Amino acid sequence: MSDSVYTSKTNCLLKISDLYIEGYQEEEWRKIVKGVSLHVNRGEVLGLIGESGAGKSTIGIAAMGYTKAGCRIKSGSILFDDNELFGADDETLRQMRGPRISYVAQSAAASFNPAHKLMHQFVETAVQEGVMSLAEAKGRAKELFRRLDLPDPDNIGERYPHQVSGGQLQRCMVAMAMACNPDLIVFDEPTTALDVTTQIEVLGAIKEVIKAYGTAAIYISHDLAVVAQISDRIMVLRHGFEVETGKTRQMIENPKENYTRELLSVRKSRGETVHHESEETILEVNNVKAAYGNKVIVLDGVSTKIVRGETVSIVGESGSGKSTLARVITGLLPPIVGEIRFHGDPIQPMLKNRPKELLRQMQMIYQMPDTALNPKHKVKKILGRPLNFYFGISGKEQDLRILKLLEMIELGPEYAERLPDELSGGEKQRVCIARALAAEPELIICDEITSGLDQLVAQGILKLLQKLQNELKVSYMFITHDLDTVKAISDHIVVMYQGKVVEQGQKTVILDPPYEPYTDLLLSSVPEMDPDWLNRVIKHRQELADKGVNIRT
Amino acid sequence: MKDAIKLLKSSPWSAKIGLAIIVLNIFCALFAPVIAPYNETELAGDVWEPPIWSADAMPHDTPVILGTDHIGRDLFSRLMFGARNTITIAFVTTVIAFFVGSVGGFMAATFKGWVDQTLSRIVDILMAFPTLILALVILTVMGTSIPVLVFVIALIDATRVFRISRAVAMDIEIMEYVEAARLRGEGLWWVMKEEILPNALSPLVAEFGLRFCFVFLFISSLSFLGLGLQPPLADWGSMVRENSSGISFGILTSLFPAAAIAFLTVGVNLVVDWFLHRASGIKDV
Repeated sequence: MSDSVYTSKTNCLLKISDLYIEGYQEEEWRKIVKGVSLHVNRGEVLGLIGESGAGKSTIGIAAMGYTKAGCRIKSGSILFDDNELFGADDETLRQMRGPRISYVAQSAAASFNPAHKLMHQFVETAVQEGVMSLAEAKGRAKELFRRLDLPDPDNIGERYPHQVSGGQLQRCMVAMAMACNPDLIVFDEPTTALDVTTQIEVLGAIKEVIKAYGTAAIYISHDLAVVAQISDRIMVLRHGFEVETGKTRQMIENPKENYTRELLSVRKSRGETVHHESEETILEVNNVKAAYGNKVIVLDGVSTKIVRGETVSIVGESGSGKSTLARVITGLLPPIVGEIRFHGDPIQPMLKNRPKELLRQMQMIYQMPDTALNPKHKVKKILGRPLNFYFGISGKEQDLRILKLLEMIELGPEYAERLPDELSGGEKQRVCIARALAAEPELIICDEITSGLDQLVAQGILKLLQKLQNELKVSYMFITHDLDTVKAISDHIVVMYQGKVVEQGQKTVILDPPYEPYTDLLLSSVPEMDPDWLNRVIKHRQELADKGVNIRT
Repeated sequence: MKDAIKLLKSSPWSAKIGLAIIVLNIFCALFAPVIAPYNETELAGDVWEPPIWSADAMPHDTPVILGTDHIGRDLFSRLMFGARNTITIAFVTTVIAFFVGSVGGFMAATFKGWVDQTLSRIVDILMAFPTLILALVILTVMGTSIPVLVFVIALIDATRVFRISRAVAMDIEIMEYVEAARLRGEGLWWVMKEEILPNALSPLVAEFGLRFCFVFLFISSLSFLGLGLQPPLADWGSMVRENSSGISFGILTSLFPAAAIAFLTVGVNLVVDWFLHRASGIKDV
């Protein structure tokens, strides 16, 4: 973009005023964005933040004059560089999208066509829109790949999407969005699906490249700490309304609204755990080695133990084998070597050989409550079945127990008659907890149970789990990649990397310096509510790399 | 019950028509002896008398509404009794096919491994034969009685149902609620009946309607070839065959049973379409 363009036009690039967007739900049009106005100046990054249902993504794509299927823009105006996009004809929109406004989606893996090479997909828009020739586009691609720190930038374009890692693919998508040097890029949760360590790379690359090209951006995320790293201004949204807007630093240091304060406090305040005196070991994992199809070894020499009433957190990036460990313990994947002991006695490696009583003692809660509850069963049946199955409780007594369970998870008795579809995400997860509790287990394995939930909801779930632990003396094995959660609830921490235990011990030992290098890498990757955090951590990584810690790219 | 009425009220007119057709057919089948003026095998008059509205209609004490067939039996009465035989057999056959097919399919999906391999390969072998030929061979070997007929068609249809229910159950089986049930220690029957079946029901019910029509047409075509229901039992397929030679003389008697087949098929399909529409979750905007 030449300087003359800057001076000849106004500084304001995108101006959305009084935007109403409706979605078709349950046979009627319901408002999902309720009169939001915003503007983005040239070269400026605006962060949109809110929980699910806040309308942030809807506003983000509306900035391109587009809505998802089943949605429509009701009224308002979307002025992009003095062109009205609301109600514009397809030809106008086509000229805007790609060359002037582009979009980076949450899941790069789902957004690339697996059948075409990256380069082929990169050049498509640019060449088709006649912005540049094929040779120019390829040159541009290599330049951007280099800028975004992708390995082997001259040849990476010849690979297929599945041949690069998740973080790299996300950066390729950023490169693709930058292909025509657009004025505005909409980033829709581009790092949410990534591990914390990878998130930093992508975040750093995005920040670097948009600064270098002076591109304006709308950055959408549910994580205020992430948005704070990259945005000049932040707009907080809730239920389709604007809560407040302000300069990043100002908002972090001095938020005006209560809701913003709540969002800010998510990462700051988490209660101290009660120290548990009991030393009765309930589960031991001894030197377990496990593999899928006897070939790909996913666990190697893993040993750990869980004490009654304690929470053991298993931490690691995706692919570290933490969920596999849960599968081994529950008997879904028998280990090749090693054994599992329950109350000191070795137990059958295969699920189907285990007695009912043992199964009752170990319950599991899943990451996605949507798929963990049978959509055709009422809450009453979901909770009633384990009662009947393990204890033979039925009829009136069962109803009473169900009410008691609902009370434990802080839901009213009317929930008994509901189907999972009639519950919110947090409520579903609570029902999953109640289902596990119905069996009166000694150990509950929680597999990433808060990562699918909004932060405030997740916080509520964690509080509930702690309350239940204090009351029932149940042990948790908490599988997570979120170190904030770990800090909040663990007594014991096991850090895993590529199927091996890197270190394990009391929370205080692991989380206080001196750190083991990999743990340090994980810990330092957790976004902080500090706009300077990203710069600091990238520098810190450099130091770690100098110390010889292997950082994936 | 209230839900059913509500559902019915909200259904589109095409589904209502379809339902009306089905209800009419069931009514005729149930009350055939009451409605039909003549007996199934009773001679009513001359060969191939024209229908009552025709100028050449013969006078009768009891009206011969649609005329008579190739040996002088009352066509209307035979249509009523035919509905009885055809629909009942088609229904029983489809139910058996669905029971065998879906239990097999669910088992293949839940057990996987060698159970899946064995069942799937058996089904592949059965499906490799053209259906009509397979049915003809078995019927010729085992004789054409109604139980054999039902068995053969159910067997052939069960292979199709197996395929569908296996595919549907595979998708459901990977859901975490099924894993949760397994971890609880639930047996195979519970997993199939309580976890998989309710979630597979919509596509299976839709398939049931389609299969019912196919069975129906299959019996008709077997009857047409002379291997279906044996005379003097009335069924629509054999009625088409028996009267088909009349067409060369300009006698259109065989079109009445043919129309009955078409009528019920359309009716069932209208309802099935509605069901598929609901199952796919598409809502009209």
